[in-house]
Amino acid sequence: MSYDDAMAQFDPAFGLEVHVELNTATKMFCGCPTEFGAEPNTQTCPTCLGLPGSMPVVNAKAVESAIRIGLALNCEIAPWCRFARKNYFYPDMPKNFQTSQYDEPIAFEGYMDVEVEGETHRIGIERAHMEEDTGKSLHVGGSAGRIHGADYSLVDYNRAGIPLIEIVTKPVLGTGARAPEVARAYVGQLRDLLLGLGVSDVRMEQGSLRCDVNLSLTEQDSASLGTRTETKNVNSLRSVERAARYEVMRQAAVLVGGGSIRQETRHWHEDTGVTTSGREKSDADDYRYFPEPDLVPMAPSREWVEELRSSLPEPPHERRARLQAEWGFSDLEMRDTVGAGALGLVEETVAAGTAPAAARKWWLGELARRANESETDLGSLGVTPADVARVQALVDEGTLNDKLARQVLDGLVAGEGSPDEIVGARGLAIVSDDGALGAAVDHAIAENPEVADKIRDGKVAAAGALIGAVMKEMRGQADAGRVRELILERLR
Amino acid sequence: MPESSEHTITREQVAHLADLSRIDLSDAELDDLAPQLSVILESIASIQGVAGDDVPPTSHAMPLTNVYRDDVVRPGLTAEEALSGAPEVEQQRFKVPRILGDEQ
Ligand SMILES: [Zn+2]
Repeated sequence: MSYDDAMAQFDPAFGLEVHVELNTATKMFCGCPTEFGAEPNTQTCPTCLGLPGSMPVVNAKAVESAIRIGLALNCEIAPWCRFARKNYFYPDMPKNFQTSQYDEPIAFEGYMDVEVEGETHRIGIERAHMEEDTGKSLHVGGSAGRIHGADYSLVDYNRAGIPLIEIVTKPVLGTGARAPEVARAYVGQLRDLLLGLGVSDVRMEQGSLRCDVNLSLTEQDSASLGTRTETKNVNSLRSVERAARYEVMRQAAVLVGGGSIRQETRHWHEDTGVTTSGREKSDADDYRYFPEPDLVPMAPSREWVEELRSSLPEPPHERRARLQAEWGFSDLEMRDTVGAGALGLVEETVAAGTAPAAARKWWLGELARRANESETDLGSLGVTPADVARVQALVDEGTLNDKLARQVLDGLVAGEGSPDEIVGARGLAIVSDDGALGAAVDHAIAENPEVADKIRDGKVAAAGALIGAVMKEMRGQADAGRVRELILERLR
Repeated sequence: MPESSEHTITREQVAHLADLSRIDLSDAELDDLAPQLSVILESIASIQGVAGDDVPPTSHAMPLTNVYRDDVVRPGLTAEEALSGAPEVEQQRFKVPRILGDEQ
């Protein structure tokens, strides 16, 4: 069934559960380091291995980050809350339980405003709670590392115990056909917000931000929500939109065919763009939560909460609105800038003295192209906002034209030094010295006598051909304005 | 899960909890344990009867809050030490039997 056909009959409701790994130096309940990519089982201790007699102690920084996230999401911060044990048997948690929060999350009842094409959607935040990450399993045998058909599994506990914040939205209704886009925009803007808070690396490709997409369909005139599915491990922004869209079409086809939706976990397959059935809710979901006896309650003082609130950065949407007004960008220009991940870079370039339009031109034009070519992002090109500001200053003062400036950017990307060093080393500065220019002009006139005659006859537009010839001779480094003056002086 | 009266636990409930806890109980053990657990629940109920509504449920014996640790790395175990108690090791990882069901 096509997406449009599905939309004609059904209304989608979605909810998102986002897990964020905090960027603390140590784990949630022990002093083990949290570096990504370490050799297996080199970042463990008796506590995160769940060895008998070990005792957890809460990482103060993780609590601070959790409160800051809660505040940035306009949540209430619990005056008193506890950790709880979520009991289950699975070897990714060596303790046979995950320390989480159950009915007492540290932050609850908030919202985030998400903008999609100029329209604002208020996404309700149900809760943000603290927990610990699990170990990583490698499934051996069977097909390509999947659980099903695996002969056995190998577990690395480096990740077990890394602080996680789980952010759960309320069901989002009324976004209609835009639902998949809004879901994607929410995750994208949440990522920006977390990045701005500096609490996480938020690298989806490394798993420090992971997303589950819940989706249900309701018949157009029905009042009650349909049965939802929970699609796990949707780990890129694009996939959030694709998975939501796929579930809309799949569920619509099932319902139209007279079937019913099972409440189940589903798996997202990035390569084929489909979700497949996981498992149904069962006894295994009876986690027998109870308060964690080894950790005392948390009671963040109101003074601390207010201190953290006052240190929050400007919210992303307010920052965007402010910068757009300051820079005079159109909605489209602003969207492109944000979409290219260039907002902060343009901001810093402008702060270094460049006109906003020029800053945008360089970052979204030449530099975005180079980043694309080398499959990296703008921030990793090796070009700083100060460099771009200096290049534009050299253009403004007439030392460089755009063509020469592009060569300076090449030099910057190649790591040849500062813009001034590159101009010097590559000999890129514009020549406006009349001696050198005059010789080239005389040469161009001698080579193109018929063009020269036209100009003598008053056809000034023909001067372009001579300017081009001079530029060519001087490898683009001639001051075009001065060349024109010299040509006209000689031929009139 | 079957309903039970306020302070008793049924044989079916005990069997269910045993199953969730991966404890393999025989029929005889279930017959034996259900009444014993009911006695414990009754005892707790009589304590709850003494506590007024103004006494909140206790989860921790000591009246402490906000016990935190600074975010400073402390030395842990080497991989060899961490894996020394594992029944089987492969690729510097804990080798565990094939897992049924999904990851959490
Ligand atoms: Zn540890």
